[in-house]
Amino acid sequence: MRNIIAFPLLGLAVILQSAIISQVKLISGYADLPLLMLAAWALQERVKSAWHWAALVCVMIGFISSMPWPVVTIGYLAVIFVAQTLQKRVWQAPLLAMFSVIFIGTLFIHLLSFVVLRVLGTPFAFADVIGLITLPSLLLNMLFSIPVYSLMRDLARWVYPLEEHE
Amino acid sequence: MNSRSLQTTIIFLVVGGILALSLGGFFGSASRQFSSILIDVQTWFSSRFIGLQDFITAPRDIVSLRTRNAELESQVSQLQAQVIELQQRVNETEILAALVDFSRSNPESTYKAAAVIGRDPSPFLHYIIINRGSNDDIRRGMPVVTNQGLVGRIDAVIADAARVQLITDPASAVNVYLQNVETSAVAFGSVTGDISLDMISQNITVESGDLILTSGLGGGFPSDLIIGQVVTIRSLEFELFQQATIQPAVDFSRLEIVLVITNFRPVDIAPLEPLPSP
Repeated sequence: MRNIIAFPLLGLAVILQSAIISQVKLISGYADLPLLMLAAWALQERVKSAWHWAALVCVMIGFISSMPWPVVTIGYLAVIFVAQTLQKRVWQAPLLAMFSVIFIGTLFIHLLSFVVLRVLGTPFAFADVIGLITLPSLLLNMLFSIPVYSLMRDLARWVYPLEEHE
Repeated sequence: MNSRSLQTTIIFLVVGGILALSLGGFFGSASRQFSSILIDVQTWFSSRFIGLQDFITAPRDIVSLRTRNAELESQVSQLQAQVIELQQRVNETEILAALVDFSRSNPESTYKAAAVIGRDPSPFLHYIIINRGSNDDIRRGMPVVTNQGLVGRIDAVIADAARVQLITDPASAVNVYLQNVETSAVAFGSVTGDISLDMISQNITVESGDLILTSGLGGGFPSDLIIGQVVTIRSLEFELFQQATIQPAVDFSRLEIVLVITNFRPVDIAPLEPLPSP
């Protein structure tokens, strides 16, 4: 039942992403708060609702962004997949898993965005995208991943109390 | 007269004489020095007494001072909040005044002011979100401007909000003309948010500082909206066209309030374009 927190929390995350984080730029890139929250959430061992949260984020981002919705959907669902795969393998080093998921997820979403937008006719230069958008975004995502992970870990403990888990 | 009364009389006469001489101004410099010493001594005692009085009454005053200080700090923080709020209102008023001036100087168009409430979550795209939508008669394709120049056009609309594609978006292309040389070109956006000019004929001499306006060709934008100025020109003999970089007139990083031109309907010329031959 406490999973209902996803609606206001992810709504707030998308609003913050659109209103504030998208204006805090490093060169031309910026952090992706919904991606960070989804990755951190999916890495929590007791969390069972990561796919639902990802679907919710896809709907919200797809609604306000001009990015084609398949990019958003495939990108965020792939992040959940990578996070859950890594969570089973490197569960003893959660921060390492978080960094890995953020690294792979950011590169994958940006590569997917680049390919789809190029196919749709937007004239991008690959070197520009890597140097001006992807690497700065990756750096910012890495920087924000630790506090977001701590926040989502505490949230997971509240949503899935130990008694209920057992 | 005995000796005692004689002594008293002499003392009175001496003192009276000194007073008379003093009042007559004969002891001017001596009396000034004397009074100055007296004042210094009195000042010293007075300051020590005030210090002692402060020390004795300090505990009571500290409490009252702390209370007063807290009150003043509270007032200061309230006033600072008011100052910030008023500064914001002044900024908004200045922007709105500039926009009103712009709309008055361009009476052929009708405008709807809108606040910028967000940007596209993806760094690949240069879009803004405004707080006016179909409830305010905003329609897809309407141009968006500020008093400085062209901002973009409405890309998608919902009831109370709309998404605007900026002219800095990599997928944006605007037909323009260079005012000084009266030739057409196309302004493209880019990943970095810079605007570049392409399709400039090789026969034209473009100079830095030339003004760029919308041409109205293609029906996507009204004509004569300011885009910016030419900064640098790249002209290579083996290329078909010249290119140039533009300094945009609008500061896209600080967009707060924009105007939507509501009486402009974009023309879709796609059916008129020739189909590619097989």
